[in-house]
Amino acid sequence: MQRPLTANIRPNAPPPDCAAYERAGGYQAMRRALLQMTPADVVGEVTKSGLRGRGGAGFGTGQKWSFVPKRKPGRRSYLIANADEMEPGTFKDRLLLEGDPHQMIEAVIVSAYAVGATDGYIFVRGEYKLAIARLTQAIGEAHAAGYLGEDILGSGYSLNLHIHASAGRYICGEETALLTALEGRRAQPRNKPPFPQVSGLWGAPSVVNNVETLCNIPHIIANGADWFKSLGRGADGGTKLYGISGRVKRPGTWELPIGTPMREILEEHAGGMQDGYQLRALLPGGASTAFLGADQLDTAMDYGSVEKAGSRLGTGSAIVLDDRSCPVGMICNLEHFFAQESCGWCTPCRDGLPWVERMLRALEDGDGEDEDLHQLQRHVGLLGPGRTFCAHAPGAMAPLESGLRHFRDEFERHVRERHCSWR
Amino acid sequence: MSTADIIEPRTDEPLSEQLRDEIRALGEHEAHPRAACIAALQRVQEEYRWVSDAHLREVAPLLGMSPADLDGVATYFNLIFRRPVGRRVLLLCDSVTCWLMQRERLEAHLRHRLGIVPGQTTPDGDITLLPTVCLGHCDHAPAMMLDNELYGDLDEQRMDAIIDGTAKAMP
Repeated sequence: MQRPLTANIRPNAPPPDCAAYERAGGYQAMRRALLQMTPADVVGEVTKSGLRGRGGAGFGTGQKWSFVPKRKPGRRSYLIANADEMEPGTFKDRLLLEGDPHQMIEAVIVSAYAVGATDGYIFVRGEYKLAIARLTQAIGEAHAAGYLGEDILGSGYSLNLHIHASAGRYICGEETALLTALEGRRAQPRNKPPFPQVSGLWGAPSVVNNVETLCNIPHIIANGADWFKSLGRGADGGTKLYGISGRVKRPGTWELPIGTPMREILEEHAGGMQDGYQLRALLPGGASTAFLGADQLDTAMDYGSVEKAGSRLGTGSAIVLDDRSCPVGMICNLEHFFAQESCGWCTPCRDGLPWVERMLRALEDGDGEDEDLHQLQRHVGLLGPGRTFCAHAPGAMAPLESGLRHFRDEFERHVRERHCSWR
Repeated sequence: MSTADIIEPRTDEPLSEQLRDEIRALGEHEAHPRAACIAALQRVQEEYRWVSDAHLREVAPLLGMSPADLDGVATYFNLIFRRPVGRRVLLLCDSVTCWLMQRERLEAHLRHRLGIVPGQTTPDGDITLLPTVCLGHCDHAPAMMLDNELYGDLDEQRMDAIIDGTAKAMP
C-alpha cells in the first residue's frame, strides 16, 4: 500500500532535514514543475487528478486554483497553507507539519508557482510550537539550498515564504477569516464573492489550501494524475489521513486509500474498542460533522459515501462515542466549544449558540423541559445553512441535529428523570 | 527554583528600546505594519507574560494602529493575555475527545490541588489555569499544555508529576 504523504515520517524520530528529504526523492517535483512545466501545466495535472480539499469542505483543488486571474506584472499574490488545525478531534495536519516539514515547503513552492503567487504563508495555530520550530528550521535550510527566494533554480520564479504563528481562535481556519487575521485584524469572515482567489489578502489574489491538500501536490506532479487517482478505493483519488480518538485501543492517525471503510479503520488500525466499551456512534470527520450510528460502520470514507450516509467526510478524523458516555453531555461539550468560538459577527451565531448550550446544560443538570427539545430542534433550522454569515453555526448544528435523531430517547430520559443518569 | 528566586517582570516600566526596535522591524517585514500585530503582542508577552494597557498603548503606534484597534485584536485571540497571568500557564484542553476521556475529573483534581478555578491564578502567582480549545493531541487525550510543552495521556498522578516538574512532555 502506498503512503506518499507519510513515507518519510517515523514515530518518535526527528523529521528529515533538507539533505535527507532530497535523498528520499524530495524537491524533485519542484524541479520538474519549475523547470519543465508551465503553471498552467501544473494546474491542469492537479485538476486532472481530481484532488479535493482535505480541510473539510472538499472543494476541487484544481478548480479552486483555476479561479485565480492572470498575473499582472508587479502585483503581489499569495498562496497560503492553512495550518490552523483547531477542529476538536482533528490532529492529522500536525503529523505532516512536525513529521516532514520539507514536504510542506515543497508543496507550497509548487502550488505557489502554479497559481503565480509572489509570497507564501504557512498559517499555523499558536499551540503547535513544535511544528512552528521545525518549519522555521526547514525554511532556513530551503533558503540555503536556493529553493526559496529569488530566481529559484534559475527558473525565473521567485517566492518569499513566511510563517504566521496565530494566537488561538478556531474561526481562523475559515479561509476568509484567516486572511483577515493575516492582515492583523479581528479574524471575522468576509463576504463571498469576491472570492479570495480574486480579492484576498490585502485585496490581492490569494489561494488558501489545507496542509494535507497541499502535501499531495508534489506527489501528483512527480507521479502523475492517473497514479494519484489509482490510489483511491472509490470515486475519489489519492490517500487520506484518517484519525480516530476516543475509547479505542490504539487512537492515532493513518494514511490509507481514500474510501477505506470506517469499520476497517476502526477495527484494524485503531484496534477496536477498549475492553469494556462498546461503540455507540461516531462523528466521522471532526466536531462539525453529523453522527453516524454503529450500524453505519461499513460506510466508505470518501466524500460521496459519507454524504450519502447523512454526514460529511470533513477532516476524516473520527471521534468515537462509547456506550458509557452520555450523548447529551457530549453534544453539550461540542456546543460549548462552538458557542465559545463564535466570532460574534452575526446575531444568529453569537446569540443562538450560547442559547443552545444553556438548554443542553440545563438538560444535563436535570432542569430541562419537554419544550427544550422542541427549541433545540427549532435552533437546528434557525442556525442552519443559509441563516448565518459563515459555516460556523451550521457546522455546530450538524452534531446537534443528528444527535437529536440518534439519541432522542436519551434527551427525553434527561427531561423525564430530571438528571443525567450517566454521572 | 523557589518563588523567591524569580524576578518579576515590571509591567509599569516602558518597553525597552530594543523591543520597540524589534516590533518596528516586524512591521517593516510585512506588506502593512499592522500585519505584525500578533507577533508583536506575542513578543511583549514573552517578556512580560501579559499585555498591559500601558504596553498596548506603546505598541499600537509602532504598527500604525490606534490602541483601541490593537486592543480589538488582542482581546479576540485566546493566547493573548490582557490580564496578568502566573509564572506558568496551564492550558487544560476542554474539547470533546478530552471530555470523553474524563477531563472533567482531572479539572476537579486541579481545582483541588491548586485551590483555583479555570481563569484564576494561584495566590503565590505560580500557575494560571485556563481552559483551551482542542490542543490537537486527541490521540493522547486527555491533554494539557504547561509552559508551551504539550502533555498527554493524563491521569491525576501524571498531572501532579508534570506540575512538580518530574514528568516528560509528548508521551
